[in-house]
Amino acid sequence: MYQFRNGVELINLCKQYEVDICELMLRCEMEESGWPRQQIWDVMENNLQVMQDAIINGLSPNLKSAGGLIGGNANRMRLRQEQENLCGKTMLKVIAYALAVSEFNASMGKIVAAPTAGASGILPGIIVALMEDKNYTREDGVKALFAAGAIGKIIATNATLSGAEGGCQAECGSAAAMAAAAAVYLEGGDVETSLEAAAIALKGLLGLVCDPVAGLVEVPCSKRNGTVAANALASADMALAGIKSYIPFDEVVDAMYRIGRLMSADLRETAAGGCAITPTALRYAEQALTANNPKLL
Amino acid sequence: MVGPSSSHTAGAARLGNIARRICGEEPVKVDFFLHGSFARTWQGHGTGKALLAGIMGMGPADERIKDSFDYAVQAGLEYNFHTADLGQIHPNSVKIVMQTADGRLWEMLGSSVGGGKVLVSSINGMDMEFSGEYPTIITRHLDQPGVVAQVSEIISRRGINIAFLKVFRSSRGSDASMVIECDQEAGTDLLDEIRWLQAIREVIFIEAG
Repeated sequence: MYQFRNGVELINLCKQYEVDICELMLRCEMEESGWPRQQIWDVMENNLQVMQDAIINGLSPNLKSAGGLIGGNANRMRLRQEQENLCGKTMLKVIAYALAVSEFNASMGKIVAAPTAGASGILPGIIVALMEDKNYTREDGVKALFAAGAIGKIIATNATLSGAEGGCQAECGSAAAMAAAAAVYLEGGDVETSLEAAAIALKGLLGLVCDPVAGLVEVPCSKRNGTVAANALASADMALAGIKSYIPFDEVVDAMYRIGRLMSADLRETAAGGCAITPTALRYAEQALTANNPKLL
Repeated sequence: MVGPSSSHTAGAARLGNIARRICGEEPVKVDFFLHGSFARTWQGHGTGKALLAGIMGMGPADERIKDSFDYAVQAGLEYNFHTADLGQIHPNSVKIVMQTADGRLWEMLGSSVGGGKVLVSSINGMDMEFSGEYPTIITRHLDQPGVVAQVSEIISRRGINIAFLKVFRSSRGSDASMVIECDQEAGTDLLDEIRWLQAIREVIFIEAG
């Protein structure tokens, strides 16, 4: 009764049951899993805790990723956030936190795939920064994660979340749509406005390729988490301003999937195109692969 | 989960986990044949560490994954990684060949399809398809009338709901298999009752992961 396959069905069900996007997602999960409400809530609350812990760990100035390409950038951004800057305090905090989770992820730290590990910084960046700067409660934060989950579920049902299948637009693009919808939810926007924000965020990232240097989830992934989080927050503000996406969310999701289908395999997480085959990347890849090669037959 | 990649790390750990449950115990030797994006980027993503961790029973959120090579050495588990072309299959795929202490060989082919979700496409050369998200009963049986009804009757008598049921066969009247994904866990008595059926050759049970 609470199952939805796309944005239109999500809006209709919210209206039919007179509930918001979070409550509908929660009931949908209860129906699907057969678990009681509290058990599902606890799982999501634990997700929020893992996200917060990852931010704290990732902000360390001494962090170094497994491949050695990144680390310490979240801390740099946090320091600038405390000074005079261009984007404003909250935006810089969002970016700093997104970088923190992403850098912690690259050091094989524990994170929440949101929806994937490569794009794991965007959603916590926005939710945790808004919780702090706008005094939202822990309960608000958990609810926003459910709202984000509804968007992720729609994309997973109708397209893909895998970079190997749809490129970075499927990972960071989906994360941006989820985070933008969650930000609108936190600000009191209705389900339609959340979907407008998700559509605007994903549209802005259509065509983004997955081109990891040496196959590592480090470059360009980590900084992309930072800039994409900024995109998501901007999209949320656009939707809250009353701007509508001319292309509805469901059609944007469909467009994303079709673009992924057209993408060469070289641009889908194989490290065979884009940034991954620039001279700088190839120099690094050769050096890294010869330095660390356990028994591959 | 533990980073850096949901498909290459978490999904890999999950595939290793399912493989371990297929052979029912920790194998003494395991060979991983990595295909496509798995073969190209396995080191940077910790795919090898995660696959091996999964074989040793660690889940995708286990913070010991990054040291799984050391744990395997301590446990005396022999492991090798190979690159392979597994044909027309998802880019993140692996064939896992395991040997248990009794000398038996087990083989599983699976793919990591995004966001940590996985799909197993063959066990011991038998084609099938399941996600490992539900408690899963897998049979190898003789393709003859009534087997599906007999098995589903045993399951329904215990009040267990079948979420997905798929039947596969190599050719008419020969080797067949059934994949039954349930909403509730199956007990050993249920599995034994299925094993006693005349047409059943083998039953494997995989708990939800």
